[in-house]
Amino acid sequence: MDFDPFILARIQFATNISFHILFPAISIGLGWILLFFRLRFTQTGDQAWEYAYQFWVKIFALTFAMGVVSGITMSFQFGTNWPGFMEKAGNVAGPLLGYEVLSAFFLEASFLGIMLFGKDRVSNRMHLISSFLVAFGTTLSAFWILSLNSWMQTPTGYYLENGVVMVDSWMEVIFNPSFPYRFFHMLIACLLTSAFVIAGVSAWRALRNVDGPATWKVMKTGVMMAAVLAPIQILVGDFHGLNTLEHQPAKIAAMEAVWETEKGAAFTLFALPDEESKTNRYAIEVPYAASFILTHDPMGEVKGLNEFEGEHPPVAMVFWSFRVMLAVGGLMLLVSWWAAWQLRGKNTPTKPLLYALSAMTFSGWIAVLAGWYVTEIGRQPWIVTGVLKVQDVVADHSSATVGGTLIGYILLYGFLLASYIGALLNLSRKPAASLKLTAVSAPQTVNKEV
Amino acid sequence: MEYWLPIIYMGIMGLALLIYVILDGYDLGVGMLVPLANEAEKDMMIASIGPFWDANETWIVLGIGVLLIAFPVAHGIILTSLYLPVTIMLMGLILRGVAFDLRVKAGDHRRGLWNKAFFAGSLIASLAQGWMLGAYITGLHSSATSLLFSALIAMTLPALYLILGCGWLLMKTDGELRNKAIGWARMAIWPMGLGLFMVSIATPLVSSTIAEKWFTLPNALYLMPIPMICLFCYGLIVAALNKPTMLDKNRSYLIYACTVAICLMASLGLAYSLFPDIIIGGLTIWESAASVKSLQFTLVGVVITLPVILFYTYFVYRIFHGKATALSYE
Repeated sequence: MDFDPFILARIQFATNISFHILFPAISIGLGWILLFFRLRFTQTGDQAWEYAYQFWVKIFALTFAMGVVSGITMSFQFGTNWPGFMEKAGNVAGPLLGYEVLSAFFLEASFLGIMLFGKDRVSNRMHLISSFLVAFGTTLSAFWILSLNSWMQTPTGYYLENGVVMVDSWMEVIFNPSFPYRFFHMLIACLLTSAFVIAGVSAWRALRNVDGPATWKVMKTGVMMAAVLAPIQILVGDFHGLNTLEHQPAKIAAMEAVWETEKGAAFTLFALPDEESKTNRYAIEVPYAASFILTHDPMGEVKGLNEFEGEHPPVAMVFWSFRVMLAVGGLMLLVSWWAAWQLRGKNTPTKPLLYALSAMTFSGWIAVLAGWYVTEIGRQPWIVTGVLKVQDVVADHSSATVGGTLIGYILLYGFLLASYIGALLNLSRKPAASLKLTAVSAPQTVNKEV
Repeated sequence: MEYWLPIIYMGIMGLALLIYVILDGYDLGVGMLVPLANEAEKDMMIASIGPFWDANETWIVLGIGVLLIAFPVAHGIILTSLYLPVTIMLMGLILRGVAFDLRVKAGDHRRGLWNKAFFAGSLIASLAQGWMLGAYITGLHSSATSLLFSALIAMTLPALYLILGCGWLLMKTDGELRNKAIGWARMAIWPMGLGLFMVSIATPLVSSTIAEKWFTLPNALYLMPIPMICLFCYGLIVAALNKPTMLDKNRSYLIYACTVAICLMASLGLAYSLFPDIIIGGLTIWESAASVKSLQFTLVGVVITLPVILFYTYFVYRIFHGKATALSYE
């Protein structure tokens, strides 16, 4: 068998980064949620909030650790597999990654120790500050890495000198055209992912009666967060799409599988895009809808893939990833509104809703991965749009070397993912102290009881 | 600027990697010692490193980050040549990083499995790091001598980490576990000494550039304090292990501090031997440096954040000073 080492290196990168993003997608949101629990407890003295914190901080610690160790892999991967990227674009990528390490990684990692294990060693105030700094650090980290990713999608503020990227303006590099959209889209995605995780696990616990009031409070927090954020996310996503249309029209053409430039393009609900014949087989279309969504004019012009001959991304994968993201996003909106309606006031949820919420626990993961596949595969064949192609920066390893490590990573990640979900189930199955909790009690008695 | 910036960055990179070795070194060392302890001791050992390991590991990310920021060309060459040991190290670090949490969260019947994973991950990462260091010092060649040399350092670095781990346990634990740590250190100190000795002999033999730098007058005289301090610290460790009353009261830090001094001396020696090459005999720091504008931009961040990082690292260690207590989120 003869595999192309270039393809293997790409699969390896995709595997590493797909595995990695699962955990920040939860911990970025969960960090803020935990801060919210702690603040609510400090304000109300309601023990349930403290129990909620104690249960979820365990899952946060595990998720955070998974994110850290899989993230270290990423920092080495650029050099081991894509040295050309650093040689050519290192003047942009290096500083942005550097600022991420200096401003965010140390902050979150250091104060995590206090947040997790220092509660009886520092004041409540210091603990709140530490929890804030951890949440802030995770978000800051997202800021820098998304800035770099967005620059690779829509590079600005640079010039080339002997094929090497040199920086003109750091403001234009950091705040490149797609950055604000991608940053907010991802941040909301993280919040939604964590909202569904806490709501889903809580629903699962409620179905098994393993916990009391704390679980209801958590579920409601998650549901309300999701109900508010889901529609906002759709709006932000739409803006993001319009931005992509302006700067990366080839990606949009692939997302919509528009082969020829046309006015009044239809939105394809379902199709099997075929790159050889440049057609969509079994297409189910909504007339004029693509033009309307993208240009807000039913007769607007949508550029087709024919304009980017040889330099457009693989169509079917981008097309389908986009549809998976839309479908999961739509489902999240429906379920969260249904749940918010049932949980309004002091109402309790019905069993079907609890089942639906537990089934949706990891829905955010699917949407996040699908969304990233759209944007990353949609950038192909470029690593930096219009500047540098992926195939020109790959390291010269044999397919046996890359294939061997790839198999190693896949086995390790499969095992770790199973262990992570297993640990979540294990923690969720245990009856919590909050079962016995009935009335609101004063905060000062809490510490002794725990 | 074009002359000084790469030197400044080499200093920062060296500092980050030195801090990495002395901080993550102790928690990797403790990880390798875990199988020797009983269940309660295992918990206590892991509790002693729980609040710190994550931040400790961040220093290697900074070290590699600086390599990437300041010397992008060298970053590519070094990491591409070290592809397999890097990958193996990463898998080791992943395994032990998650084992911290999973050993208490995956259920009691899995605890044994994750304890083993914690040990194995620590050992694999330490061996791989030693190998990488050896390969780096020999200029990333793949001749038989350089492979042998890499293997030698791969065996030495874990022994050094073991001593750092024992030194840490002496400071952070009490009673029977502390006595055990002294016993473990007695076993690890000889391989560490032998390893360091062999490495010192082999380094000038393997690299003629280094030999030239070491054995010409007056350089050789200026360099004398390095082996002298190393020998003195090593002797002090051996003496303290033979007479543990030397470690009583407020002198628990002795072994850890002496090992840190050895690491510091070794890294000074290494920096002297390498300079101004970033890849020995291949590429100087100026040849592989990033553009002045990028280096300046990042330096602003480094100057502001590095002192802050050092300050809150100190702050965290203050909060968790003294003997370790059982880890609790409550």
